Order: sequence, then structure tokens, then C-alpha cells
Amino acid sequence: MAQYTGNAEAVSALVRDTEVHRDVYVDREIFELEMEHLFPSTWIYIGHASQLPNPGDFITATVGRQPVLATRHSNGTIHVFHNRCPHKGVKIASEACGNTGKFFRCPYHAWSFKTDGSLLAIPLKKGYDNTGLNEVQASEGLAKVAEFRVYRDFLFAKLKPGGLSFEDFFGESLSTIDNMIDRSPEGQLRIEATPIRYMHTCNWKMLVENQTDTCHPMVAHESSAGTAIKVWEREGAGSTETPMAVQLYAPFMSPYEFYEKAGLRVWANGHGHSGVANSIHADYSDIPGYFDSMVAAYGGTRAREILGDVRHNSIYFPNLLVKAPVQIIRNFIPIAVDKTLVESWVFRLVGAPDKFYERALMYNRFINAPTSIVGHDDLEMYERAQEGLNSDGNQWVNLQRLYDEDEEADVTAVINGTSERQMRNQFHAWKKFMTGAMQEGAAA
Amino acid sequence: MNRKDVIDFIYNEADLLDRMQWQSWIELYHPDARYWMPLEWQQTDPVLQPSLMYEDLLLLKVRVERLAGERTFSQKPKSRCHHLLQAPQLTALDEAAGTASTRTSFIYTETRGDVLERFSGWASHDLVTVDGALRIKLKRIDLINFDAPFSNIQLFM
Repeated sequence: MAQYTGNAEAVSALVRDTEVHRDVYVDREIFELEMEHLFPSTWIYIGHASQLPNPGDFITATVGRQPVLATRHSNGTIHVFHNRCPHKGVKIASEACGNTGKFFRCPYHAWSFKTDGSLLAIPLKKGYDNTGLNEVQASEGLAKVAEFRVYRDFLFAKLKPGGLSFEDFFGESLSTIDNMIDRSPEGQLRIEATPIRYMHTCNWKMLVENQTDTCHPMVAHESSAGTAIKVWEREGAGSTETPMAVQLYAPFMSPYEFYEKAGLRVWANGHGHSGVANSIHADYSDIPGYFDSMVAAYGGTRAREILGDVRHNSIYFPNLLVKAPVQIIRNFIPIAVDKTLVESWVFRLVGAPDKFYERALMYNRFINAPTSIVGHDDLEMYERAQEGLNSDGNQWVNLQRLYDEDEEADVTAVINGTSERQMRNQFHAWKKFMTGAMQEGAAA
Repeated sequence: MNRKDVIDFIYNEADLLDRMQWQSWIELYHPDARYWMPLEWQQTDPVLQPSLMYEDLLLLKVRVERLAGERTFSQKPKSRCHHLLQAPQLTALDEAAGTASTRTSFIYTETRGDVLERFSGWASHDLVTVDGALRIKLKRIDLINFDAPFSNIQLFM
């Protein structure tokens, strides 16, 4: 029974100041509307320019559920297309990445396209003489996405034209991406490795919310981080050095007071981050030689400023997480209302010691892998929530912690780190972009 | 230590896992052992290439202890596993030195609640002899679909 399609008012009513209706997580129609309206009208991360070093290189990604394709053209420019042949809709590229040479050739009927997307050739083209082919979209080659932007090598695409510009959409939140890049003495990041992929049987928004949920680690991760501390206290007695592994696990057990003081920052349009004054990433061992190379590159003051910014989890609404101090990003890719693919990527800080890359890879497999005990803790909670929300006993999810009725939406603010304000911020943006796009669709 | 001892050792390790004898299982590992699950085809570097797991004995102990934890909610209900092994192949054997390497094709099943997942791959063991007993120095698990997006894998292959 369709109750939300074409009914922006009903969608709007799902988000209250301090609560959201469970349908945002469990209703299939809402999920379809997210795919139709939310994802195409917001800026979605699709990849990094370091994955396209040479002409002919390509990567594939999805925006919501829609397949897209980014390429490096022969003149060095990057282009982003819908990943479908204009003829019969066959995906032009099926692999995650590769090099196509000078052109793409559809494997079905050999229509071919230059790496800027333009139509190169159609076999037996005379069959289209006097058919009016040049008047239809198929003759234009690969369909370009409405807008894309390469921001310091980060590729974002927006499928629908209009709406907020890239700068207006992300605003000050770009400072986390800046910080991650600036941590390289050469101001450059590089993706060298395949991501860790992890399938979650839950709604994508549960994962996004959990990133700035600072009241769960000491509870849900007692089993993993708490056990790591206990085993290390027993087995490591007498050791002078805490292993990297224990340094990565142990801070998850920080007490509430730690997270309260660490702070939380919200930005307009649903972006925000945990860990303002402090974070669980603040106390890792120094890596020899690195600080000196940062001072040489940036000067002492700027180097300290860059490294002193230890932001924990930065959300780029709707579905990207950036962890600047450990050089990891996580992409929460919606598959179905109760299915989310998480791809977690590690960046190498160009010009920094290998040890950083080693640590980032270690963090990624400890926390973000299907074999990760921290991941097991979290997924268990998401799955239980996905099932529990079928209950009619209470149809609302509570996001009230540290709510203030004077709280404004779409502003920058720094508050107590245990606040659920970033979740409220995300849902405000969710409502805004969902209903905005739905109303636009109705007017068109 | 001969060929039969090595092969029996491989079967015994899998059997301990299937019977959830975690403590006895972990005692088969050398103090400097590593348990490695690569994330790339024919991967050579566990440190500067991404892996699903690359853990020392300390981390394996954390896992084993966690499985029994009162607040380990992802083990309520508990997972169980089953190893179906092809006959192990000896890829190296030095009886005098007490070292051996094996490669064993397997089908691994892990189940929890109503969910059952099945995995196929190869387990490679590097074994050494310590005080007359075989110990695992390296166990490497190469899945045929190492790059697929799995859900939770909570036990040991």
C-alpha cells in the first residue's frame, strides 16, 4: 500500500524534533523514495583520483543503487557517466577498476565510446540511416551525470541537476577531508589497496548514526575492546611498549566523561563529526621521522595545527564516513531497506613512513572487516534493531539525548560529545532533501 | 615426526575447532605464530597489503576469550562451525629439523541461529617442532572469494 509516494507531508511527519518513525529504517517504500530522491539530489562520494592515474583508467561505483563509471580521458580530464550502454542498457564496465585503453566497447553489440563518453562507432551503422537516431539520447554516447566535482582528488557526483552546489552542500565540513590530506607531508593521498567489504543486514542509516554514537562503545564493545585490555594486562605484564594492536583497541573503552569532553560538531546539511577537542585516535605512538617531515613541509605552527586536529568520525551526509587521523573512509552503500554494503578504504599518506599505512590497514581489519570482533559487536546491534523495529509496541526511535529546544538546524555548533544532535542533524537533512526533491518532482 | 604425524595434526586442529575446544586449539600455536587471511589473490605481504585477518597469539587469545564473554552479544546464540578437509598435501617436510608445510583444500561452514554460511578455500600451515610437539607457526587461509562482501565470520577456518 503506497502511503509515502507523492506525499511529502507524510514523509516529513516521520521526522520529529527528537524522534524518528521506524518506517525510515524498515519501510520498503521509503527506501525506494530515498533511491529516487535523496541519493540523486545530494553529493555522493564515488572514488579518488589516485585510482585513475593513467588515461583509460576507470572505476565503477553506485549512487544509491544507480551504477556510475568514472574515467581518465586521454587529455587527463576525469569524466563521470551512468554506467549503461545507451543502446540496450548493458553495463559498460563490470569490474571495480581497470584500464579500457582508448575507448569503451560494449560487450553486447560493440557500440564504442571514447573515454570522454562520446559515441565513437556503431557496427553496421547504415542500419540507422534515416531512422532519426541523432535525435534521441542514444546518439549522445554515455550519459553524463548531472554534476560531478573533484575536490582535492575526492570525486563526488550528483545525479540530478539543480539543488545545492558542491561548496554550499558541504561547506565547512570539507575541513576534515582537508585535514586528512594535509597529514601527508606532500599534501597527497593515494589508494593502493582494495577495500574491505562487509555486508550488513540492516538499514544504511543505522551505520551512519552509529559513527557519532559515543554512548555505545563502552557498552557494545566491552566484549572486544574490554577483552583486549584484560588479556593485555595479563599477558603483557612487564612489557615496556604497548603493541599497536592494543593501542587501537583500548580507547574504545574510554569512559563517558571522555566522550563528553571530546565534543561533537554539527554542520549544515547533515554533516558533522565526533571528537572535537579529543578523540580515541589522539594517543597513538609517534612514528619516527614523521613530525620532522611535517615541520619541514608546513612549518612548526601549521604542522602542530594539522596533527592536533584529531577528529574521530566525520559524516559527509548522506553516506560517507571520513576518519582523518587514521586515513580511512567508509562508504555505506544502500542495497535494500535491510541490506547495506560497507566498503572501507585505506589511504596511504604520500611521503609519510610506511608505519602509518601499516597502522591504517591494521585499524581497518580490526574494526571494519567481516572478521573484526568490533564489527561483530556493532552488526549484532544493527541486526537486533532491524528486527526489533518490526514491533508495533512503539513506532518511534528516540534521539533525544542532550536535546535543547532552542537547538537550530543547519548551523555550525560544538556541543557535549555524548549528544545525539548529529543524528538529529542527519534526519533534519534527510527530511529536507527527501521532501525537497519530492516536491520538485511533483512540480516538474 | 613423520608424514603421518603432520597429516594427523592438521585433522586434529580442525577437529578441535569443530568441537569448540578453543583452549586446546590455541595451544597448538607457537608463541610467535600468525593467523592470516589475505584479501588479495596470491598475496605476499600481510603488513602493507590489506588482509581480513593477520593476528598474533595475543589477538587470538582475545578472540577466544571474547567468545566466552558474558557480554559478547554476537555470541548469543553461539556460533558453531564445521570443517570438511581434503587430504592435506605436504608441500615441505624436513623430519630432521622437525618442520613441515601443508596445503589443505577445505569447505568451511559457520552457523549461528537460523543462518548458515559456507566458504571454500585452502589452508596453508607452516609447522615447527617444539619440545617434541608440532606447533603452528603460520596458518594462512585463502578463500576463493576473498574479495566478496561477507557478513560476520566469528570463528576460525
